[in-house]
Amino acid sequence: MSQEYFTLDIDDDGHAILTWDTPDQPVNLLGYAALAELNQHVRELSNDDRVKGIVLTSAKPSFSTGVDMALVRELVFVDGKPRCLSKKKNDGALFGEVCRLSAGLRELETCGKPIVAAIAGATMASAVDLVLSCHARIAADTFGTRFSHPETRVGLFPGAGAAQRLLRMTSDQQGALDFLMGAQEISAREAKSLGLVDEVVPAKRLLEAAKRRLSHGVETLKAWDRPKAPRPFNPFMQGAGAAMWASLIAKQRAKFYDNYPHLRAFLSSIYEGLSLPFDQALQNDARWMSYLMQQAETASMVRTLFFSRKQLQAGARRPSGQRHNHIKRVGILGAGHMGAGIAFISAKAGMRVHMLDVDQASADAGKARCEAMSREAIERGELSQWQMDRLLAHIETGIDYSVLTDCDLVIEAVVEDRKVKRLVTEKAAKHMKPRATFASDTSTLPIASLSTYFPRPKNFVGLHFFTPADQMQLVEIVRSKETSPKTLSVAMDFVSAIERTPIVVEDGRAFYTSRVIMTYAGEAAHMLRDGVPPTLIENAGKASGMPMGPFQLADEVALDHALNIAKAARQDLGKRFSSIIPHELLEEMVVNRKRLGKKCGKGFYDYGENGERRLWSGIADICGPFRPAEDFDFEELKQRFLVIQSLETARVIEEKRVTDIREADVGSILGYGFAPFTGGTVSYIDAMGTPAFADLCKTLQKRWGDRFKPTRLLREMVRRDERFYERFAQQDFADQPV
Amino acid sequence: MAHAYIFDHVRTPRGRGKPDGSLHSVPSVELAAQVLRQLRQRNSLDTALVDDVILGCVDPIGEAGGDVARAATFSAGYARSVAGVQVNRFCASGLEAVNLASAQVMAGQQQMIIAGGVESMSRVGLLSSGGAWSIDPRVAIPSFFMPQGVSADLIATKYGFSREDVDAYAVSSQKRAAKAWENGYFKNSVFPVVDVTGQTLLDQDEHMRPQTTMDTLSGLRPAFERMGVEGGFDAVAIQAHPELEMISHVHHAGNASGIVDGAAGVLIGSRIAGRKAGLTPRARIRSFSSIGSDPSLMLTGPVDVTQKLFEHAGLTWSDIDLIEINEAFSSVVLRYMQAFDLDPETVNVNGGAIAMGHPVGATGAMLVGTVLDELERRDLSTALVTLCVGAGMGTATFIERV
Repeated sequence: MSQEYFTLDIDDDGHAILTWDTPDQPVNLLGYAALAELNQHVRELSNDDRVKGIVLTSAKPSFSTGVDMALVRELVFVDGKPRCLSKKKNDGALFGEVCRLSAGLRELETCGKPIVAAIAGATMASAVDLVLSCHARIAADTFGTRFSHPETRVGLFPGAGAAQRLLRMTSDQQGALDFLMGAQEISAREAKSLGLVDEVVPAKRLLEAAKRRLSHGVETLKAWDRPKAPRPFNPFMQGAGAAMWASLIAKQRAKFYDNYPHLRAFLSSIYEGLSLPFDQALQNDARWMSYLMQQAETASMVRTLFFSRKQLQAGARRPSGQRHNHIKRVGILGAGHMGAGIAFISAKAGMRVHMLDVDQASADAGKARCEAMSREAIERGELSQWQMDRLLAHIETGIDYSVLTDCDLVIEAVVEDRKVKRLVTEKAAKHMKPRATFASDTSTLPIASLSTYFPRPKNFVGLHFFTPADQMQLVEIVRSKETSPKTLSVAMDFVSAIERTPIVVEDGRAFYTSRVIMTYAGEAAHMLRDGVPPTLIENAGKASGMPMGPFQLADEVALDHALNIAKAARQDLGKRFSSIIPHELLEEMVVNRKRLGKKCGKGFYDYGENGERRLWSGIADICGPFRPAEDFDFEELKQRFLVIQSLETARVIEEKRVTDIREADVGSILGYGFAPFTGGTVSYIDAMGTPAFADLCKTLQKRWGDRFKPTRLLREMVRRDERFYERFAQQDFADQPV
Repeated sequence: MAHAYIFDHVRTPRGRGKPDGSLHSVPSVELAAQVLRQLRQRNSLDTALVDDVILGCVDPIGEAGGDVARAATFSAGYARSVAGVQVNRFCASGLEAVNLASAQVMAGQQQMIIAGGVESMSRVGLLSSGGAWSIDPRVAIPSFFMPQGVSADLIATKYGFSREDVDAYAVSSQKRAAKAWENGYFKNSVFPVVDVTGQTLLDQDEHMRPQTTMDTLSGLRPAFERMGVEGGFDAVAIQAHPELEMISHVHHAGNASGIVDGAAGVLIGSRIAGRKAGLTPRARIRSFSSIGSDPSLMLTGPVDVTQKLFEHAGLTWSDIDLIEINEAFSSVVLRYMQAFDLDPETVNVNGGAIAMGHPVGATGAMLVGTVLDELERRDLSTALVTLCVGAGMGTATFIERV
């Protein structure tokens, strides 16, 4: 065997310890080679009479982070193209390939010798399938021992038998389904109550407990493999189980609007498989997986949400030749929600943070926000109590800018007002060391213009965070013409340290993400003018795949904030200013009606005490009267929302504000939640094909206005019948490191 | 084409569909068999003249499974040559049986058929036969599956019926049913269900609450709110009807059809078969139809099927004297009347399932009988019978006295 993934050690009691320790890698990934080696070991050990049983464990801090995604790439992409576009889309070999992983695990399960998994650290995705194929599972009682099924977040589903096994083993069907659908990570103890593990022991007694279990005897025949096993009982066919299952389908739809083929496929594979003998159930899973591999959504989601994201995280866009920057101290100007959020994630990454505001009370309020975020993170299982204590100790608050002297990076997160930004920038510059970097968290103001307030514009960069900063995964790095490669590398290393995904965009008003999301809100305003009832608009936004309706979004952002942005733009641009969201509507809401959004309990919505909200009936007084809902094609409303955003993205690419289309796709989903099933604003066009997209634009242009006119770039691409991922390919996709 | 005539019809009283209901001790097959015995006895029927027995049954499982109609022919002592078949169009099964029987007679392929239905909801629970609709993702997702009560609330929300509207309709159903019973309007067709010795078990519908008022109903909590909100089904309803922001839950046990046990049968045949059996036709089945409709509204099928039937048979509302639309939920009837701007004095004039109960497989046949009796009592000529059906369907039948 060329590479050894496992080490074998047989003790005097006849316990074979197989330790998974992939050479030269920080984690164990389940690929064909590792699986083949594991199977080979197990075959030999099964035939060895001295061996009483096998313990499977890991030498890494995590047990395994799941399947080697290169393997998935081979299935979803054919010759570098999404399978759905390939002539070989449905070739006979696909099913066999899809079966390989689960067949390998099935071999372990039926080997005849007991295998006990001794699990410490993260056990993710197919690694859960792997341990479920073993005959018993012991988990270490540590904070890091966590089980998760993140597959559904990237458009896939657990495909190597986890669902079929766990649902046959557990007595908590609802809990198991939540876990399998990727709702949350679970701890070792939670895994025990789910029936996923048999025993939880202190970490240092893990191997001992596994061996003891072997000595006491472990059943090697699974319940479903016993001779004369009863007909499979599908718990979702009748009674309370059926009611729970029907409700689960409804709740999936409530959240995901039936936009996601992988959820449909997963639900069907579970439902159908539970009535089948076990091997047929695995085959049925594989049929659904083969179906999924052929869907456009799968290719788009996997490409953007896994591969492109990983590549950007790994620094695909980092300027070459720059040494790594270790950022120890960060200064944050402004202790509002955004400032506190940035302070929280910086401190979480081990940095020392100075958070400053105009008075001590405001600065302390920011720290209180950090505490609240910590508590929420503990509840989500992302943080332990001692991590929280250390994190909070790292955040100092105050009003004295002289503390910025030691900071490697200072980030301003003050109100979107040029005067205020100028004031804090100049004040900070007085204290900062010459080599330190200054970053602005502006969402729309051109960076070059802000950098004039700083004595060293080459050290000035935009770091656009998203709300809520403690949870959003994207940071939009904005580079002006002045920004030096060194400064860019500082920004990227900071983003990497706080474990966020960076995209690098060129300077310009509203950069990329803000500019595109504004067209979403703007389209809603157009619809109001067209007489579409607000409820229909809001529901069309959500049904199109956006995380919230346009009016809810406006309320969350706050209408006065939106008005400030528009005002600043008007001031800067004078006659050239044209607001995407009608200025008059914002002014009417903010100035005359005093409806600023969610923060003041009224905006486009009225907010009740118990978190309920209802669209404000007064919208009709400002924008009405509206036409009956039947006058509008709901599908077309959904399309208008997605098309306008993709069209704006195409324009941004044409203007070379975004130079790497991976960033356009990743940025649109991670930044503001653009319909994830599409794989992003660019993939939305690509999946449709440029000519079809351009035709759709023309139809919408005729019906709803010139803003839908296909751009020059699109027209050119139509002539050549090109897709974005062909025209703008960075390099051969298959060669990209994962 | 031959004509299909109704010669006679009977029904059991409707027993409360719980273990303390008076018909709980009667097995499903026996309930159906008593209908067959009654029809034989009342008409001195030579059962060898009957070609087939078609019975609707919505949960044909366990004791009601495996062709309850054929089983009932044995228990009732019918001639061996009488075949039996069970049909299922959910709540319209009983009417579907009537329509299928009529179609066979009209096509000249059978001469005489007993069509009806049976449901012992106290013994074989509602929904106990399962089915793919709610649980198979390949069906549940495209059909926007939601429980019927949520659909009924969706109808009320979409078409603007308030809690007061639906309660008021329920009160009127109770009043009409009580009055009809008091005045003996049902006595010619409802026969007492008896035990093995012939002692009466039940001779009156026992689900009725004639004392019901707006006040007594106002205390009942909406029954489908939890399902809608926590179960995720309100969101499904809104996704199907995105002009709505929320669903207002107005239905409860007091303005929805009652769960009861019961069976019914209609004797249908050609003129020649009637002559052979010495029977006089009472009415002719003129036309009928079924349709699939919006599955999320689910219960508005009667509107769609009525339009289809009118178009197909060249009917207008001036051709119709009385209307029976099953009272599955108040909003179903209110929407039907709203859609066609009907005079409430012509609709469900003797009450309906809200007061008397809805033995799902049998109700369709019961409505045919009820309205025929009322046409005769008022000396009117024509009636339309229609029922809403789960998963979004509607079935309707147009009859005319002869």
